[in-house]
Amino acid sequence: MSILVDQETRVIVQGITGSEGRFHTERMLEYGTKVVAGMTPGKGGQEVLGVPVFDTIAQVLTRMEADASVIFVPPAGAADAIMEAAASGLKVVVCITEGIPVLDMARVRHFLNERQTVLIGPNCPGIISPGQTKLGIMPGPIHKPGRIGVVSRSGTLTYEVVDQLTRAGLGQSTCIGIGGDPIIGQNFLDILKLFKEDDQTDAVVLIGEIGGRAEEDAAQYVKVDFNKPVFGFIAGRTAPPGRRMGHAGAIISGKSGTAADKIAALKNAGIHVVENLGLLGETVKHTLKL
Amino acid sequence: MKIHEYQAKALFREYGIPTPAGSDAQSPHEAQTAAQNLGVARLAVKAQIHAGGRGKGGGVKVVDSPDEVFQAAKDILGKPLVTAQTGPEGQIVRRVLVEAAYPIKKEFYVGLTLDRNLAKPVFMVSPAGGMDIEEVAEKSPELIFKEAVDPRLGLLPFQARNLAQNLGWTQGVFRSGAALFSSVYRLFSSLDASLVEINPLVLTQDDQLLALDAKINFDDNALFRHPEVRNLEDPYEVDPLELEAARNDLNYIRLDGNIGAMVNGAGLAMATMDLIKQAGAEPANFLDVGGGANADMIAAGFRIILSDQRVKAILINIFGGILRCDVLAKGVIQAASRENVEVPIIIRLEGTNVEEGRRLLNESGLKFAVAQDLKDAAEKVAALVRS
Repeated sequence: MSILVDQETRVIVQGITGSEGRFHTERMLEYGTKVVAGMTPGKGGQEVLGVPVFDTIAQVLTRMEADASVIFVPPAGAADAIMEAAASGLKVVVCITEGIPVLDMARVRHFLNERQTVLIGPNCPGIISPGQTKLGIMPGPIHKPGRIGVVSRSGTLTYEVVDQLTRAGLGQSTCIGIGGDPIIGQNFLDILKLFKEDDQTDAVVLIGEIGGRAEEDAAQYVKVDFNKPVFGFIAGRTAPPGRRMGHAGAIISGKSGTAADKIAALKNAGIHVVENLGLLGETVKHTLKL
Repeated sequence: MKIHEYQAKALFREYGIPTPAGSDAQSPHEAQTAAQNLGVARLAVKAQIHAGGRGKGGGVKVVDSPDEVFQAAKDILGKPLVTAQTGPEGQIVRRVLVEAAYPIKKEFYVGLTLDRNLAKPVFMVSPAGGMDIEEVAEKSPELIFKEAVDPRLGLLPFQARNLAQNLGWTQGVFRSGAALFSSVYRLFSSLDASLVEINPLVLTQDDQLLALDAKINFDDNALFRHPEVRNLEDPYEVDPLELEAARNDLNYIRLDGNIGAMVNGAGLAMATMDLIKQAGAEPANFLDVGGGANADMIAAGFRIILSDQRVKAILINIFGGILRCDVLAKGVIQAASRENVEVPIIIRLEGTNVEEGRRLLNESGLKFAVAQDLKDAAEKVAALVRS
């Protein structure tokens, strides 16, 4: 089992004809992801890696059924791509695109509030249910099927954590990168609620960073309503205030969003905070006595 | 991206937000001429640097004649101005803004920025103008009024009126104030600003509202659709190494330590900085080479770290995903072959094409230490610090 996506999930790739879209479609197909269609406006009728390409999602859905999409559309068109996918009723939309203007995402958020679609990202590595499917750009081979859920605001930092878990013999149920932008679709809190209900997830690793208050909100939820062990790591303890640390969302503004505040909130909620990233895998293994 | 006050005020005028009459000057003579053209009795000379706290730092002078403007500009221009935000070395002042100064009845605060949790731009206004607004929010939150704006609808007229009323404005000021808020929102959303701040907005003796100061920050992600805004960037305000990094599409921030770091991915880069600190050293920089880096970009990043004189050791930490380890290796070898590398290098490689990357590095003749994993990398950094 897993959350949000599994081996049955039928996927559309938006922006499949671009170099990134094509490259990662190939990796996803190798992993076993059911990529049923591609979509690039103006490129309908082509084929990419044997996958038929359409001009619109509406057109895809007249020919076949689909559950989810992965977006590799450049920043100028990415918000529109998300809204097209949501308006078509796709259940899960994963937006990989980095660099979407924040006001575009503000409008997208309110557009999504009126719909059922679950958005992962943008500016994220995507979502993988190891051994089943991946909708994203993470390297497949470092993952291993298992019972640890992983949720993170980062990309490569997530790979680092997953790699340590796998090396420690701990497989993963689902790993989700929720994205490094100030406005994203699903947040830690939303994903924790899904992990809570998933009987194949025994524990969760939460990887946060400076900026915003998503980690604090998650901690509050864990404190009152979460029933599984949670391990936390916060990146950016040495980050200076007022500087954007790569991710648009990773910025300490005034006195809010610091790593110290977040670590305190996690600890207060009974979350096992890992101070030394190099020891994360070992710590999870040791604490769970696995 | 940040711009100067004189640039922000030019944008204000374009959007119908009233500002004091004035113009910018790069020499004392220009400043004097500007003052003569204004033809008013009282004048302000304001240093144009991005950092705040200019008034307290001595960068703002109010004087009574064009001759005094000349002297004030001479005192300010070409010298470093140290404020609470510049750091001890200060920032060289290359331009001043010369403005008419007005008798003031009252000062207000107006700010507009995005609330990431609400996903809405939020106006924050206060009758306690001219003060540090974070301090006001902490000590007297009842003096802060907010209005969240639906980004799909824009600021509605009644919201603008509510804000005007919150500031105690009536009659003509109420009407012109409400219009001012609409203009501020129009500027914010048309230009993809991330912050518009007027502190203070003043009410003059003759009941005119004027933006006495002006601060606008822009969303870097949206600059692609505002080339006119991008042109406003002042390269003198950016660290030279950061500028060089930006030209190569690299995310680089200069910090105060002496361990250079090159990492792929912002989260891992931050975590690597933390790791260096935990090992007892201080990071010299944040450098995220990003996912799609090619060998040339890696080489540029490596050169930037090497050109930082303070750097005593370099830690390269790459978890290959989209960025392949062999591409990383080629970039590092390319840069190292052209520069004289005298500092120890620790390399930790993992992920896509790691074997090929390690082989290339081993055969390159470059001297470096291999870290097996992050724990090992931290220990090797710590060992360097001790030696």
